[in-house]
Amino acid sequence: MIPVPPAIQRIPWKLIALLTAITGFSVLVLYSVAGGSWSPWAGQQALRFTIFLSMALVIGRFSLKLFEDFSYLGYLGVAVLLVAVEALGFVGGGSQRWLNLGFMTLQPSELMKVAIVLALARFYAQLPPGETRNWTALWPALILIGIPAGLVMLQPDLGTALAICASGVVVMFAAGLPFWWFGSAAVAGAAALPLLFSMLHDYQQRRVLIFLDPESDPLGAGYHISQSKIAIGSGGLTGKGFLNGSQSHLDYLPEGHTDFIFATMAEEWGLIGGFALLFGFFLLLRWSTRVALNARTRFGQLTAAGLTMTIFFYIAINLMMVMGLAPVVGIPLPLFSHGGSSMLTIMICIGVILAIENDSKTGTRRFY
Amino acid sequence: MMQRKGPPITEAWRGITFTRRTLLVGGAQMVVGGALAARMAYISIIDNDRYVLQSESNRVNLTLIPPRRGWIVDRKGKALANNRVSLRIDVIPDRLQKKDLVLGQLRTLLRLDGDAMERINRDIKQASGFQPVVIKEDLSEADYASVLVRLPDLPGVAPQRGFARNYPTGAAVGHLIGYVGTPNAEEYKEAKDPLYITPGFKIGKDGLEKYFQPMLQGKPGAQRVEVTARGKVVRELSSQPDIQGKTVHLTIDADLQEFTARRMGRESGAAIVIDCLTGDILAFVSMPSFDPNSFSDGISTNEYAWLREDDHQPLINKATRGLYPPGSTLKPMAAIAAVEHGVDPSERHTCIGGYRLGNRFFRCLGVHGSIDMKTAIMKSCNSYFYWLADRLGYDAIAPTARLLGLGEEYQLAGSNQRYGTIPDSAWKMRKYDQRWTASDSLNAVIGQGYVLANPLQLAVMTARMASGRSLYPRLINRKFDNNPLPLRPEALEIARAGMDAVVNGAGTAVRSRLPLDGITMGGKTGTAQVRGLASGSRGQSGAWKYRDHGLFVCFAPVENPRYAASVVIEHGMGGSRAAAPVAKDIFTFLYDREKAMAELERLESGWGGTIKERMDRDYAAWKAAASGAAQSDESAKDGEDSDA
Repeated sequence: MIPVPPAIQRIPWKLIALLTAITGFSVLVLYSVAGGSWSPWAGQQALRFTIFLSMALVIGRFSLKLFEDFSYLGYLGVAVLLVAVEALGFVGGGSQRWLNLGFMTLQPSELMKVAIVLALARFYAQLPPGETRNWTALWPALILIGIPAGLVMLQPDLGTALAICASGVVVMFAAGLPFWWFGSAAVAGAAALPLLFSMLHDYQQRRVLIFLDPESDPLGAGYHISQSKIAIGSGGLTGKGFLNGSQSHLDYLPEGHTDFIFATMAEEWGLIGGFALLFGFFLLLRWSTRVALNARTRFGQLTAAGLTMTIFFYIAINLMMVMGLAPVVGIPLPLFSHGGSSMLTIMICIGVILAIENDSKTGTRRFY
Repeated sequence: MMQRKGPPITEAWRGITFTRRTLLVGGAQMVVGGALAARMAYISIIDNDRYVLQSESNRVNLTLIPPRRGWIVDRKGKALANNRVSLRIDVIPDRLQKKDLVLGQLRTLLRLDGDAMERINRDIKQASGFQPVVIKEDLSEADYASVLVRLPDLPGVAPQRGFARNYPTGAAVGHLIGYVGTPNAEEYKEAKDPLYITPGFKIGKDGLEKYFQPMLQGKPGAQRVEVTARGKVVRELSSQPDIQGKTVHLTIDADLQEFTARRMGRESGAAIVIDCLTGDILAFVSMPSFDPNSFSDGISTNEYAWLREDDHQPLINKATRGLYPPGSTLKPMAAIAAVEHGVDPSERHTCIGGYRLGNRFFRCLGVHGSIDMKTAIMKSCNSYFYWLADRLGYDAIAPTARLLGLGEEYQLAGSNQRYGTIPDSAWKMRKYDQRWTASDSLNAVIGQGYVLANPLQLAVMTARMASGRSLYPRLINRKFDNNPLPLRPEALEIARAGMDAVVNGAGTAVRSRLPLDGITMGGKTGTAQVRGLASGSRGQSGAWKYRDHGLFVCFAPVENPRYAASVVIEHGMGGSRAAAPVAKDIFTFLYDREKAMAELERLESGWGGTIKERMDRDYAAWKAAASGAAQSDESAKDGEDSDA
């Protein structure tokens, strides 16, 4: 038995294997969407995964204290970027979402998903326990969430704004704010739905309406949902086989390599492939939830819980969308969809969670 | 405001709360995950069949292959209408997003002229739904390929490889066969057949093509192809071949038909040849005609205007729809009626250059002196027949005329007949509420006045006189009882003898004796006045449209009649001059093709080539004149535009 050096032991092999399995599956699907070709998607995805995974592992070696110290600064920096994108519009592609970094385009709103969690976790970590049920526990958090969510809504990017809100709310929830605040906010939100709906852009309103009645526009916006359901449904239990998906290969399924990649996968791999992927995501979320529960510091707890929610939100909304349970909002499937920004976000999340895990392994517990 | 229950808020409490709430969130995530798994299982297992079907209907596009049309062949199996391979470019209006751009590109690639663009734009406006519009048919391989390679940039353009209707003899069969065309929106609504909106499918629009449409249509094939969401064909999956329509066998003799059409030359008129044994129509010609090939390709507005404006009326089938006063061609018939009513053929009447009826004098063409019935037919003496009509009255003659097929509408495939008038006293009373007069009888007996007949009827009349049987004309093998006519043999004999003398004796058509040994033709000339004699002109000169019609009915051989024919030359001035020579050549062709063809080629070199050559040249000249006028219009308009 060769003794394993501690440096090697510290590397989270299981996690790497899990992430590689999920992304490897994604690369296979992207290879098939391109008609059996590494370009333009599969090769790039694999390369990007390698880079971002290394980056996540490096982030994971940072001290958690560092994240705690720079959380407000990071939040501020990303907020400035958002304003810059909005105000200056140094952007590409017509919609004001992207910054061109050369090797990839970056959406500052993606970084905000991480930054908001860090900032809120820092805020609640500093909050004296006695203040948890007071007004002071609420309004700074609402401002912290409200500013980026508002900016992202202006872009307009409904999906990302919702993701920011969801992670933020989960951090607040985990921080122990009174239960009934959330209950009454949910009721108020439901009551305000018509008002919110009226604030949406025309095309977003149409998506919601068509979601409620997809058959009303089978060739227009309802086309996405119905073709996606056809792709998933026609896959059956075992799928049509690798490289044999007609829906994606014949272009019936739009965006089969990005937002609707799950449908592409399900057509070729069937229910078995879908369950395998769901199981992979389950393992990932179980890991991050455990990290949250075992975290040594309050900042670590709240951050891990919030980031878990961020990852979960991506997965849940995307899958609900492709299965016709939610309106079409442009949210990619983590690690699976082709695209740099979302993978970067997820990998940063994982990196930070890794740092929390490392922190709780090394230090002693402050709580309990 | 809050009732604080439970433990005081401490760090430990916060930790426990965190754990509980995180587990709650985690549990909620599990529930959502479980719901998603259930949803996916539901879609892919329970609804699997439905979605597989939808995926297949996405992927597979079923297209109908228009069936090849049945051939139309002559009595010997020679094709009058067949199919040839045709490369075609269509557009589908609903998919034509950048219409102007795409049409502009096609215009350049396929070198379309203004005519074609006009027709295309008109068709696109009229097309219903996905009904494709033909841009150009009969492309060369090179032109077809040039569009094919640019297909990705030309949304809405559909190249097709199909069959086109072909008429080997062109204009010679125009009125007989009719033509085919793309079904219009109304025809589609009526038929409710998806085939009717399939590219390349044509239906019969006129003549036999229309009449035999159900027989000729055939059954479409089907092709299953895999298509992308944008409609691009990826590969062919399976196909079922079409079943060609049935062949229609006609009684026509294709060679005779073509010869007859060509022999009509530059004249306007009709010629019918009937087999006296069966009633088979061997040639059925109305000239000038249109080229049915132009119609099946989608005729241009210009070409159609050219045909419509022609004063020789190429769009009217004169063989069945042209009505003419038959003139003297009815005299043999009148002779038969007279014998039937007891007139002795040898009885003589003296022609003094006319016939006096009361205080009116009905003129004859000459002073024939004392003549019998046969000589009267030979010389076409009006006085003799005026005398007969005055004596018997036309009510005695009209039944015989009807017995011989005049005034009758035949059951003839694909024809739309105008059947004219054989008048009698009852008819006049009904029609004009006037009594029949003796002068009406005199006019009617020489084929003028109220009498009108079409060329087909004249041919049938001749065939019945020649055969002595009630021959019924037919274009397909259709059973008719061709019973012997209830006429006395000597009556028919005198008519035939008179007609023999017209050509072979000292009659009006001696110049048109057949140039053949042992075969003689009997006939009767006729000259039909277009304007009344009162106008002062005799119809032998002046403007073309006021000249007399020339008619000729004939049969051969005289001894044992086999073929009968009628020839009508509109405004040909006289039967002996215009119509009889045509009939002579037709009969020559029946017995000696080489001799007849030599004569035809001599004539055609004088007329300026074959029918097609002449038509092409006339059309080009007409178009040049028309576009010259249009251009001056356009330049005037350009001036306005630049001002604006």
